[in-house]
Amino acid sequence: MSCFLRPLCLSFGFALLAHGAPPPAEPPKEAAQVADTRDIQVPKPPFSEGIFPCTSCHDPKTMPANTKRRPLEGMHGDIELKHGPESRWCLDCHDAGHRDQLHLVNGDRIEFTASYLLCGQCHGDKLRDWRVGVHGKRTGSWNGAKQYLLCVSCHNPHSPHFKALKPLPPPTAPGQIRVQKGVRP
Amino acid sequence: MSEATRKVRRQTARGLQATPSRRGFLGGAVAMAAALATGCDKGGMEAFLQHNFRELSKEEVAKVIARLEREASAKYGKAVHIGNEPALQGVIFGYALDLSRCIGCRRCVNACVKENNQSRSPEVQWIRVLEMEKEKGVDLEAANPYYNPEEVPQEGKFYMPVQCQQCRNPPCVKVCPVGATWQEKDGITVVDYNWCIGCRYCMAACPYGARHFNWGEPMIPAADLNPETHLLGNRPRPKGVVEKCTFCIQRTRKGLYPACVEVCPTGSRKFGNLADPKSEIRYVMEHKRVFVLKADLNTQPKFFYFYGV
Repeated sequence: MSCFLRPLCLSFGFALLAHGAPPPAEPPKEAAQVADTRDIQVPKPPFSEGIFPCTSCHDPKTMPANTKRRPLEGMHGDIELKHGPESRWCLDCHDAGHRDQLHLVNGDRIEFTASYLLCGQCHGDKLRDWRVGVHGKRTGSWNGAKQYLLCVSCHNPHSPHFKALKPLPPPTAPGQIRVQKGVRP
Repeated sequence: MSEATRKVRRQTARGLQATPSRRGFLGGAVAMAAALATGCDKGGMEAFLQHNFRELSKEEVAKVIARLEREASAKYGKAVHIGNEPALQGVIFGYALDLSRCIGCRRCVNACVKENNQSRSPEVQWIRVLEMEKEKGVDLEAANPYYNPEEVPQEGKFYMPVQCQQCRNPPCVKVCPVGATWQEKDGITVVDYNWCIGCRYCMAACPYGARHFNWGEPMIPAADLNPETHLLGNRPRPKGVVEKCTFCIQRTRKGLYPACVEVCPTGSRKFGNLADPKSEIRYVMEHKRVFVLKADLNTQPKFFYFYGV
């Protein structure tokens, strides 16, 4: 447990230190993303069809990054961002330089499969519970290999509130059983 | 039944087989008379003479399983496997349900019916989801299991699924007059469907409404029958016996999660080994606000409710 959390704590520390400072120019070290994901099997993130890799459109040669905050029109215009404060926008999480990756507040880049690290920056208590299997769902074997679901498998990262569901049919009420059998009084 | 009584019964049963005693002879005579009177075939006779599961030798269990598999496969027209996995060493199963996350969608009820071959008509469901008012808290008198809105969760409501609480001190086991239900070493209370006489004392004794009676011949469409079964769990049941949640004994004794855990879309259901300090169930018990239903009855459930947030 502690060995899991140590790199995370370090990155939190960096995040605090780096707060307010410009992001580092050099590509940051990639140790954190490897160390943190080694024991956690996650499914493929639930991308919309044909959306990934992002670089298939966002090629830095043909489409230079526009880092100006703006409402998106056309492509991605369907994304309604309902997550946290109004000021939040795409490049807070998506990396402008490396489109197929995300980045943490401290500038560390992470793969989409490790997106829980990104969520855990604000939702640390949930990340802690998720790591021990209390938040979120695990499938597989209670005494062996388990599959985790990513945060984004249940919570749309752009609008994370869990969506309401239609309940499956209720049990037959005692009064109804007689009607079914055709012995209506 | 106490251990001593059980031992005596076991010895008596063995004695019967070894020497042709008066009781043994009478048993045989009665069986023959029954066979003549009812026109029972060989399988029916075997079923009639079958002992309590806990008194059967390994060979007898194998015979019983072979017979039941034959019968079930013939009835449903597909190969039904009946397993007999024993309790795992050093395992006591525990379950925890996060009341702050359950949204009452009844996916668990549905998955349970399918996995455990519950009768579709008459309807038998081992899990019952109660809808309650957040303002009133856990108020079983005012709970509504028949809610059916367009969407769940509804504003101001919370949902509490109730199933067998796998008590450490199970009243249902205490009242059974024939010893047809007992607690296994891993803490799962099971029913011997061949030994159950259908008196329903256990249903009256259970404070959770977790036991269900097969009032009619269970109807399961052959295509929907789950052929992977356990002798003390989800094998097809006859009419006139009581059944209940077994923590999916056919899955959990092989290391899998119960079906309700796997299907829950909100991840509210947690399952694991209470004897393993590193299990997620122990983490829940040590770090969350946990309670058991009707704690004042001293049934000591191994099914815990907790608040994850």
